[in-house]
Amino acid sequence: MIERIEPFPKSEAELRTAFWGQLGKFPEGDKIKTCLQCGTCSGTCPVSYAMDITPRQVVALFRAGRIEDILHSRTIWICASCYSCTVRCPVGIRVTDTLYALKRIAMSRKIYPAQFHVQTMSKAFIGNIYKYGRNYELGLVIRFFLKSNIVKLFTMAGFGMAMIRRGRLAILPSKIKRINEVQAIIKRASQLGEN
Amino acid sequence: MSDYAYYPGCSLETAASPYDKSVREVFKALGINLHEIEDWNCCGATMYMSVNNTVAYSISARNLALAQKMGMDVCAPCSSCFTILQKTNRYIDWDPKEREKINQALAAANLVYDKPVAVRHPLDILVNEIGLDTIKAKVVNSLAGLKVAPYYGCQIVRPYGYFDDVDDPVTMNKLLQALGAEVTHYPGKVRCCGGMLMTTEENIALKLNLGLLQAAVDNGAEMIATACPLCQMNLEAYQNKINQAFGKNFNIPIVYFTHLVGVALGMSPAKMGLDKLLVSPDKLLARAKEVRV
Repeated sequence: MIERIEPFPKSEAELRTAFWGQLGKFPEGDKIKTCLQCGTCSGTCPVSYAMDITPRQVVALFRAGRIEDILHSRTIWICASCYSCTVRCPVGIRVTDTLYALKRIAMSRKIYPAQFHVQTMSKAFIGNIYKYGRNYELGLVIRFFLKSNIVKLFTMAGFGMAMIRRGRLAILPSKIKRINEVQAIIKRASQLGEN
Repeated sequence: MSDYAYYPGCSLETAASPYDKSVREVFKALGINLHEIEDWNCCGATMYMSVNNTVAYSISARNLALAQKMGMDVCAPCSSCFTILQKTNRYIDWDPKEREKINQALAAANLVYDKPVAVRHPLDILVNEIGLDTIKAKVVNSLAGLKVAPYYGCQIVRPYGYFDDVDDPVTMNKLLQALGAEVTHYPGKVRCCGGMLMTTEENIALKLNLGLLQAAVDNGAEMIATACPLCQMNLEAYQNKINQAFGKNFNIPIVYFTHLVGVALGMSPAKMGLDKLLVSPDKLLARAKEVRV
């Protein structure tokens, strides 16, 4: 007797549609179909040891219809964008870009791993760009640790002072002159982009 | 080409100001004019890519559009900026629909990006445009005997291998050798420093940097030369923490490769921000003192 294959539940189907859409946003995104499950990506990844699921398993879970499990893992947020996997994948899957695609889906749907704050950093970072046009390191770090680990903020004060004394940490943000241009571009691009 | 649209990027204004100073000084001495892109904005780094593709490329493209107006190729010393600007160029060239969207977004600021400008890294410009022979001829202060580990990091070679091999680049090795330095074997040359993980997931990044420092010491290096603000920061500013966490005793200076070029060309260390490092590169500074500045 042939077992009836159940369709994906609605939430998974919606995530898959979004994921395929994101895979179309960079060259060769559909090469994910040709993954051999060889594990070169996980083996070459300098931080896979600290991931709850490895890059190879990300592809396997996607095939198994469990995108939501991927989004709940810490994996996509631990990737440091070193592109080792991308240059070594024997079939040419752009693994780093694939993880970015998943990050964008996680951000737009607010699906994050529990007790994890890396995505907070991304939000604070883009907030700075909108306000100043440039990164504001001190503000970024303070905002991040206020949300994730207040105690650590105090332990970093000495290091912060050493950098300030050497002119390597700005107390105030540097704001570009035509910030209105950056804001207009962001507003218009947000309307044009789908996520 | 002797004129470039200079894109320093946010880090070079602050934490990596010694990199900025040394790039400007070295290029000036070699007759290359860097024209800072007026009112440039953040490239978006790895962060914006995680949020929204079109916005990420659009803000990155504002800088490229400004460079287009200047009619010059871009020189971007920060590895992260370099890769983001490269990626913007490549992906909007690949996807005409995205290019159209980005130009619609740029139009909101009366800008257009339709004549792509090349994005170059200073290491690439020094070796492949100016040339090793020209640089060698200007060395007044050989770095002979100075043992340096060449650390490329990730993003100047990956993912594109734009001007060197993705696994075993040699451009910096050749440059440092031309200055007389002894380039040590460095197995960590393209291994990741963890980048922003040092802030978000410190334990992971500390371990990565432990490996990088250990590999340098094990191969006899007296200093590490970097080409990226984040690599420099992680390796330098967290050395104490790594010593505490892993029972080590590292005290290894982390300089920018341009510092070595500058000292060899006889430039003032202070003008290149070498006095602003946390671990003072004494052996390099001793070389600088041998020449009149």
